[in-house]
Amino acid sequence: MVDHLPDERGYFGPFGGKYVPETLMPALQQLEQAYEEARQDESFRQELDYYLREYVGRPNPLYLAERFSRELGGGKVYLKREDLNHTGAHKINNTLGQVLLAVRMGKGRVIAETGAGQHGLATATAAAMFGLPCDVYMGEEDIRRQKPNVLKMQLLGTRVIPVSSGARTLKDATNEALRDWMASFENTHYVLGSVVGPHPFPVMVRDFQAIIGREARQQVLDKEGRLPDLLVACVGGGSNSIGLFHPFIQDKDVRMVGVEAGGRGMAHGEHAASLCLGKAGVLHGSRSYVLQDDDGQTSPVHSVSAGLDYPGVGPEHSYLKETGRVRYTAVSDEEALRAFTCLTETEGIIPALESAHAVAYLMQEANRPARDEVVIVCMSGRGDKDLWEVSRLLGLEI
Amino acid sequence: MNRIDARFQELRRAGKAAFIPFLTAGDPDPDVTRRMLLGAEGAGADIIELGFPFSDPIADGPTIQDSYHRVLEGGQTVADVLDLVRRARERCGLPIVAMVSYSIVFRLGFEEFVARAVGAGLDGATVPDLPVEEAAPFFETADARDFRLICFVAPSTTDERRALVIRHARGFIYYISVRGITGERSALPPDLTENLRRLKSLTEVPVAVGFGISAPRQARAVAEVADGVIVGSAIVKRMAEAARQGRDAAEAALDFIAAMASATKGDG
Repeated sequence: MVDHLPDERGYFGPFGGKYVPETLMPALQQLEQAYEEARQDESFRQELDYYLREYVGRPNPLYLAERFSRELGGGKVYLKREDLNHTGAHKINNTLGQVLLAVRMGKGRVIAETGAGQHGLATATAAAMFGLPCDVYMGEEDIRRQKPNVLKMQLLGTRVIPVSSGARTLKDATNEALRDWMASFENTHYVLGSVVGPHPFPVMVRDFQAIIGREARQQVLDKEGRLPDLLVACVGGGSNSIGLFHPFIQDKDVRMVGVEAGGRGMAHGEHAASLCLGKAGVLHGSRSYVLQDDDGQTSPVHSVSAGLDYPGVGPEHSYLKETGRVRYTAVSDEEALRAFTCLTETEGIIPALESAHAVAYLMQEANRPARDEVVIVCMSGRGDKDLWEVSRLLGLEI
Repeated sequence: MNRIDARFQELRRAGKAAFIPFLTAGDPDPDVTRRMLLGAEGAGADIIELGFPFSDPIADGPTIQDSYHRVLEGGQTVADVLDLVRRARERCGLPIVAMVSYSIVFRLGFEEFVARAVGAGLDGATVPDLPVEEAAPFFETADARDFRLICFVAPSTTDERRALVIRHARGFIYYISVRGITGERSALPPDLTENLRRLKSLTEVPVAVGFGISAPRQARAVAEVADGVIVGSAIVKRMAEAARQGRDAAEAALDFIAAMASATKGDG
């Protein structure tokens, strides 16, 4: 049902499209064409596979979290260990693909936006490996929250450009990256970090991230001899979740839940749950669910997790919500912090605050797995980057 | 007849180019905008482009972004902007074109937006994040109300897409002079004249040029080839400076508009 989507104009049902200034239209057309050619080119796929294996360390494990499963009171919870990838998150799957594509297109520079810094770091890393100069736009508030990633990017030779407009977070960094690209696309590729933005970014990023679900599907079949009952992943822009979900979309009996950032509550400005509490609108080049007011002005958002602190979501998620194929829900900052602590203590795995949202879903009383249920949670990233923020929130001294 | 079309016809007969100042609606306050809408014709403006403040204007540089954010922080709504136009319209005969993000238009629905815009006295709209492919279904709706949905051409626009824009173009074509976002530039691209000549040879629709124009000599040079000169950031910046220094922002802007308009007409 979804394999033929998006259509040639970049739509998933009523969502998607290309809502960008005229200046960028040729850049998107060029990218679309280059990506289409690369996708069908065996040598491109082989080169990407090579780096994913030798550099990123794929395939990463599908790990049975036994103590955590017992803690929940039943079921078999598997963690798809994207946190074990080089640079510590799923983001590198996409940035390697896009930087390889940039090289293929003859672009001499790359730029990116980043929230938690994981996408910025993954872009900076791929840029360093391929010898391309790289500029990363990052909101000042996120620079404060995610110091370690800022330092790593700088060590990798990337210029981290602070963004002081708006709420000084991911949305504002995305605006600045788009503005840079308007003037620079002739020699610069914009490595967009999630399944958002104008076509072809949502489909391209999905394709690069779908390796998560392809591996997980084979691994669970090997271990359990059957498909899982449930997939759970956090949703900010929605790249790790679509990566996990996509290869299972046709498997009608596999339920899927996307977990958004419920922040401090349902009130305006207190959360980042675009699918749960937003409505269809246009932001950053595509039509999708967004958090905005009645005039179409983007609403302020909040999440404890910088990677989920975004007022929009990928258009394919909006489509999956409307068709009912995926259920979307939200957990609060507090629940995410509790899940962060619980997984760390029961499994010795420190999750990113983003991924902790997916874990927290299973800890809600109503969602605890049944005894024989097989669940896969996307462990989209590791929590090292969050230690400062978590210790501040938990009142610990570093 | 639509006011934009009428104005360009008049100018064409006189062999002059249009001067089109851009204002951020409500910046620094609604009264300044109202006085500018009323005073612009006397200062030599032909058409006014009125920016609807938007939270995330990706085609705009810092000057216009900041003006948008200032106004939004003050709580101004889309209804307030329309109201401002409605009240000025009673005494302002100039064509007024909205510059409005598709995020705002989509929220109301295109048809409803046009109905309200026409009701307030607007004559057309430039929607910078609505490329011609996505705009295609809307031209008929706009035409039915004699409202001009303005198309863009950029230096990067391919021949194929330019042909598509020309097929749909009405009112005028907004030619983006530079590669990048709005804001003053010390020099305009060397291939601007050639690109404009090419575009004008392909269409009868007037071509107005915007982005980067801030000095009278630039306006003069562009007016040699184009049918209109659009100036935004340079005006918004002067208004912000005047407001900061406690001077009258409208007066400062109107003086500058007069100088730019006269350069555009070749009387300067």
